[in-house]
Amino acid sequence: MSVPLLELKGITKAFPGVVANDSVDISVEEGQIHALLGENGAGKSTLVKIIYGYYSADVGDMAWQGNSIRVTSPAHARQIGIGMVFQHFSLFDALSVRENIELAISSGKTGDELSEDITEVSAAYGLGLDPNRDIFSLSVGERQRVEIVRCLLASPKLLIMDEPTSVLTPQEADNLFEILNKLAKEGCAVLYISHKLEEIQKLCHHATILRHGKVVAQCDPTKEDTRSLAEMMIGKALKPPSYNLKDAGESKFAVRNLSRSAVNERSISLKDISFDVCEGEIFGIAGVAGNGQTELMEMLSGEVLAKDNAVIRIDGVDCGRLGIRERRKLGAAIVPEERLGHGAVGSMSLIENAFLGGHQRFNLAKGIWMNYSNARNFAKKTCDDFDVRHAGIQVDASSLSGGNLQKFLIGREILQEPLVMLASQPTWGVDAGSQLAIHKALLDLAANGTAVLVISQDLDELLELCNRIAVMFAGQLSEPHSVSTLTAEKIGLLMGGAHPEAA
Amino acid sequence: MTWLTPVIALGLSLLAGTIMFYLLDFPPLQSLYAFFISPISDLYGVTELLIKATPLAIIAVGLAMGFRANVWNIGAEGQFTIGALTGSALVIYFPESENVLMLPAMMILGVAGGMAWAAIPAFLKTRYNTNEILTSLLLVYVAILILSTLVHGPWRDPDGYNFPESVIFQDVAILPVIVSGTRLHLGAIFAILVIATGWILFSRTLAGFQVRVSGLAPHAARYTGVHSDRMIWYVLLGAGGLAGLAGIVEVSGLIGQVQPVISPGYGFAAIIVAFLGRLHPLGILFASLVLALSYLGGESVQIKLGLPLGIAGVFQGMLLFFLLSCDVLINYRIEFKGTRSTDSRSSA
Repeated sequence: MSVPLLELKGITKAFPGVVANDSVDISVEEGQIHALLGENGAGKSTLVKIIYGYYSADVGDMAWQGNSIRVTSPAHARQIGIGMVFQHFSLFDALSVRENIELAISSGKTGDELSEDITEVSAAYGLGLDPNRDIFSLSVGERQRVEIVRCLLASPKLLIMDEPTSVLTPQEADNLFEILNKLAKEGCAVLYISHKLEEIQKLCHHATILRHGKVVAQCDPTKEDTRSLAEMMIGKALKPPSYNLKDAGESKFAVRNLSRSAVNERSISLKDISFDVCEGEIFGIAGVAGNGQTELMEMLSGEVLAKDNAVIRIDGVDCGRLGIRERRKLGAAIVPEERLGHGAVGSMSLIENAFLGGHQRFNLAKGIWMNYSNARNFAKKTCDDFDVRHAGIQVDASSLSGGNLQKFLIGREILQEPLVMLASQPTWGVDAGSQLAIHKALLDLAANGTAVLVISQDLDELLELCNRIAVMFAGQLSEPHSVSTLTAEKIGLLMGGAHPEAA
Repeated sequence: MTWLTPVIALGLSLLAGTIMFYLLDFPPLQSLYAFFISPISDLYGVTELLIKATPLAIIAVGLAMGFRANVWNIGAEGQFTIGALTGSALVIYFPESENVLMLPAMMILGVAGGMAWAAIPAFLKTRYNTNEILTSLLLVYVAILILSTLVHGPWRDPDGYNFPESVIFQDVAILPVIVSGTRLHLGAIFAILVIATGWILFSRTLAGFQVRVSGLAPHAARYTGVHSDRMIWYVLLGAGGLAGLAGIVEVSGLIGQVQPVISPGYGFAAIIVAFLGRLHPLGILFASLVLALSYLGGESVQIKLGLPLGIAGVFQGMLLFFLLSCDVLINYRIEFKGTRSTDSRSSA
């Protein structure tokens, strides 16, 4: 057997509080489209960043074309023939395609000479890029192609793509697959990160599945189906709910036939979503990212208003047309997916951040005045009650670790004694200790009678917390299922869009 | 560091100014003295400084409010002009009136005029998502043309020997002088009130909090229940109203009639004041004095050394340039292509 192009052995990388990669072994062959599959936080991005020289591994070896190597920087990676296209592009809007590429490559070619190269590569792969177009006039798909050309000009032997289709329309994604297939035929290997199962089946020759930083399976995705891939991704060990929740009471949060048309070509339209969250219940919404969860959460929180007042009801009051303030006054508490920039302002103190989410239900404002001393007390109580480790409540929110900030945000909302708690990705990217604390807080909250909604991509989390789970796929919500009747198989199917009855 | 930057920028401007004077063959130290020291070496000079700082501070507090909320009103000069006109209209059409309510009414009309002018970019932005930088800036030129049309036409003083000037305002339409023997008028007190109010508004009220959140994190603003369209209206009307106030204060307190030129670029200089003052009312107080000095200094070197008046603009430009450069260079590090391979990790 030939020497693999890239071989990783026992790669381990730990960040404070979390092991992102735990002795990972991977080998990539020439001309192979190799999928790295896993849920958010499984360690995919960390792993490729190690390969690309952004991070260095704590332990482990990397071999490139059979020779042991330590990639010291992205520039070094490019030099030896590794290219990477990031999820977020790094292009200057006001510059042309050629100028952007000129800035980033080290071949030293400039001007017309470079334009010719771009046109040549672009034609060879059917990318259709005009080197003189300005970036701002390009679509997202075209911008991605600029990034790809930038890599291809260095004639890479390995191209890393980090969730490339998350920003693309289905048509653009199909075009991308053609390009990648062509590259692979010419011998360039592609390391393809995604959590979209259908894509991986369609495109990839080999898949490595990561879970909690470890390789849990290697397979040929074309020989698997979405269900088995999903099972591998989420793991088979279904734990029974650790709390015995009492029988759910009456509906405190009702959603009826909620629809929303897509705002732009990359957002998801919501179709006819209905569900109830009852007193004392934790209701989970599962699903692969990008199936409309963000769009749904915006409407549930009131940041985006519904067309019809009756589609959302909090404690019997129609509120589809009421904004987030009014919904808070009705008893809703909201924990958005993004911690910094949405749930909290990074450059404001914890006091001001306590005010941000709490001033409507607590007496933190008197008329037009902010009541700083009440806000200070509230921030202090949140930190004390929820074990938020901080260097003083006057420090900026951005100085807190992810886990501590998340505890602060959850605590801020829970202290408002809500009737309804809406939490999106409550433990995304937080350390294990904080995760445990947040789970306990949510379970306690439900035990005290609050109706809790948790939107999460972490199935383990949902299975541990929830009484009932529904799955989101392509903007639609499945029937809710009681966790006692759920299997990984069933969830896998629902996440792939099938109706379990039909299987 | 935030508060140190303006000081560094000021120092660099002085240094560059010295070099400039030297290259122009003017004695550098003497020129700097004539520019920065001699204009304020007596009481009269100090009051003149305050007179120039007054409109700058009033406008800059309003602009800072908008800039904090990421609303980029560049058209304060136009709102200033329209405010001056709407306020003056009352005098033009009631030149004989001795009513003591004249002054308050003029002030209110000035504020309303500035607001109305700022309402145009606010409407265009919230309704059609146009860029307020462009619309507010272009409206400056429209406002100046309106001023010009009026003083050359219907508002021209019939007894004014055909000069393009309005009638001279009667006493009830003139803001009283507060230091006798000087030109320092009540407007300076307005400026202090505006600064104090702005300070309290920023730091202590719900509205100020919402403005700050809007600028720092638009999503978080939505999360706390701020309607972004309403925020755009509030800050544009606020800034326009203050610019309009500054306009009518300038005409009523200093000029005493409507002339073809009523502002030496206060509306634009106030942008520099807002940034030099770190978008904070207290900082704006100091920054307005610095910029006011640049106007006085420009006049002073023109008289004493025969330098062109444009020198004031050069100093203002250098100040903003150095300020923004300092901000960029303090927050970012320049990397050269050759050094990138070793440094890229730390910059990632």
